[in-house]
Amino acid sequence: MRAYTPKDNVQAKPYYTDRFWVAPQVAKHDVSSDAVFESDLNALKSKFEILDAYIQVEQMVVVINAADNFAVLDMLKNSLQYNQLSEMSAIDWLAKEGKFEIFYQMLSMSKRKRLRIKCKIDEKESIQSVEKLFRCADWSEREMYDMFGVVVNNHPFMKRILMPDDWEGFPLRKTYPLQGDEFAAWYEVDKIFGKEAREIIGPENRDPARIDRYDTERFARLGHEVPRGVDITNGEPDTPLVYQEKNGAFLITKFDPETSVTITDRNR
Amino acid sequence: MAQHQVNYLKDGGLPVALTTIDKVVNWGRSNSLWALTYGLACCGIEMMASGASRYDFDRFGTIFRASPRQAELMIVAGTLTKKHAEFIRRLYDQMTEPKWVISMGSCANTGGMFNTYATVQGVDRVIPVDLYLPGCAPRPETLQYGVMMLQQKIRRESASRAQKPKRLL
Ligand code: SF4
Repeated sequence: MRAYTPKDNVQAKPYYTDRFWVAPQVAKHDVSSDAVFESDLNALKSKFEILDAYIQVEQMVVVINAADNFAVLDMLKNSLQYNQLSEMSAIDWLAKEGKFEIFYQMLSMSKRKRLRIKCKIDEKESIQSVEKLFRCADWSEREMYDMFGVVVNNHPFMKRILMPDDWEGFPLRKTYPLQGDEFAAWYEVDKIFGKEAREIIGPENRDPARIDRYDTERFARLGHEVPRGVDITNGEPDTPLVYQEKNGAFLITKFDPETSVTITDRNR
Repeated sequence: MAQHQVNYLKDGGLPVALTTIDKVVNWGRSNSLWALTYGLACCGIEMMASGASRYDFDRFGTIFRASPRQAELMIVAGTLTKKHAEFIRRLYDQMTEPKWVISMGSCANTGGMFNTYATVQGVDRVIPVDLYLPGCAPRPETLQYGVMMLQQKIRRESASRAQKPKRLL
């Protein structure tokens, strides 16, 4: 039999703490090991400054200057046959180097290759929109703004996409607390009832597993329901699961198993 | 001469039933609970299942309405996000009195597993709740039992009394 470990307070113990854990990198290979990628890279190199390039998990990663992003994607789409932008977003490296990393994941259907463009911008810097090249970048860029606060220039509709318009803070930044800051904690109360109601409604209960068996204001045991607020420290009565209470609805007679007869002989 | 005697004062003796206005009104109310469709997440699927033919909510007179003006019961089934909180309050305010609220599932009760910045930690922070159903998701049987408990609660109340403003939280 498995050894018994006491299970009181398992909820309070966090099982994962390191929010800033970064997965170890897989091996990087030289671009010369793949002929298709090498010719693509040379084409890019002839026009733009390439800060770094390598192959990782059979995909080429190219690091460029942030100012070149539109021109590089334009060239990839229109002359190098990378005709699909499968994903784009930002990564928060503010704590490490004070920068956001923006990545564009590209797919070439004809070459059957995937390629990733990366660039870095400062916290307050903005980046050029690629929505004119790829329509799918529209919502991705809005999400990037919503979640990280990266402002995108020349975007047709630069507005939050997931969070409410009057939200404060950018939730996917590493500095944003998972359970929300002061603004987030009181958001619905402030918006609906106003700040005065904070005291009446009280702070959020952030322990969803909290149960108090004797608190009849908020809890009721199935089959032992009592009216709200009754003191049950000395135990509560059984409430059998019935549809009709006694003398409940008029005209409806409750089935009474006491006075009924069970027929066992079918040929009676 | 009467062939058989009818005891008019006895309950169930035809053709007369004696009762009180309260009982009649509450009987009507409790057996025609029109619910607002409020499926917010996965619990909504269970709520739909309770409405469909297998569990058949119509038997209890619970018919789902798509308009708050026609509904008197709000079954909040699912995760309430902070963005949506103001709309649930508005829809609740649009429902006509008397009205009741069932909070269905852990998410609606307490925020459930979504212990994050974007989820309201229990709908009772926004609207007053009459009945909490535990479970993730509660099965349709649980919801049926919950509606039965609510019917019993309605029958216990006095029908004529103006609705007391419900305590929030
Ligand atoms: S309580 Fe569970 S089933 Fe219901 S909405 Fe929440 S996560 Fe989904």
